[in-house]
Amino acid sequence: MTVRDLAQRLGAEILVEGELDRPVTAGYAGDLLSWVMARLPEGAAWLTVMGNLNAVAVCSLKDGACIVLTENASLDANAQARAGLEGIPVLRVEQGSYETAVRLAALLGEQP
Amino acid sequence: MLTLRYEVPGDDFTRAGEASSDVKRKLKQLGYNPEAIRKVAIAMYEGEINMVIHAGGGEAIVDIDPRQVHVVLRDHGPGIPDVEKAMQEGWSTAPDNVRNLGFGAGMGLPNIKKYTDEFRIDTAVGEGTTLTMTVFA
Ligand SMILES: Nc1ncnc2c1ncn2[C@@H]1O[C@H](COP(=O)(O)OP(=O)(O)O)[C@@H](O)[C@H]1O
Ligand SMILES: [Mg+2]
Repeated sequence: MTVRDLAQRLGAEILVEGELDRPVTAGYAGDLLSWVMARLPEGAAWLTVMGNLNAVAVCSLKDGACIVLTENASLDANAQARAGLEGIPVLRVEQGSYETAVRLAALLGEQP
Repeated sequence: MLTLRYEVPGDDFTRAGEASSDVKRKLKQLGYNPEAIRKVAIAMYEGEINMVIHAGGGEAIVDIDPRQVHVVLRDHGPGIPDVEKAMQEGWSTAPDNVRNLGFGAGMGLPNIKKYTDEFRIDTAVGEGTTLTMTVFA
């Protein structure tokens, strides 16, 4: 499943396109950046409400597949610009991180 | 052997992470081992963020050779009075405005230790802090 597929399956809004064809191979949910820095798996879709510049840096440094902003969280303008530069896709959904994680888990469990 | 030098600006969160991102990019270009790149990026980013949050900025010097990446992060901030405490997961003196940004979980120094092969803190109250870390290729 690519980031593009994920966006479609979640009915997510695409705020930043970036590398939409990257495969999503894992998931992670969390808002404390140092925690995420320690734990985010490579290739993960990262569910969070943190739409700031540092979140983009964390996703990029950890090689996450994309950021999924949950609960309609906002994306700062400078974060949007940086995500574009770094090719990090940013999606947005209305549901919370818990509900989104449940759906993501089901999607990741499907055969390709 | 390649040496890179960066100024890490104090109190500017929008620029925190620039040095580690640049090092990551350069290591990729050099075809460095991806796991080593990941370790360097994480450890250096945490150190950089600490210099911004706790020390008013500083400098980073990175030596790259085929066997290892050696990083020195030096600041002239307040220093760390109790290093043992600072090394504990969850221990933090970060102010609320920093926590609102998602930092201040007290995981930075433990993360650095976890992701480096060698790590050392030299610090003196009122003088500053120097982190020295090595990641083997
Ligand atoms: N460069 C530094 N200068 C002064 N104090 C520091 C520095 N780095 C870390 N510290 C101290 O060590 C504590 C723990 O650091 P860390 O594990 O990175 O957690 P956090 O940055 O989330 O507070 C900090 O809260 C701070 O008190
Ligand atoms: Mg820290």
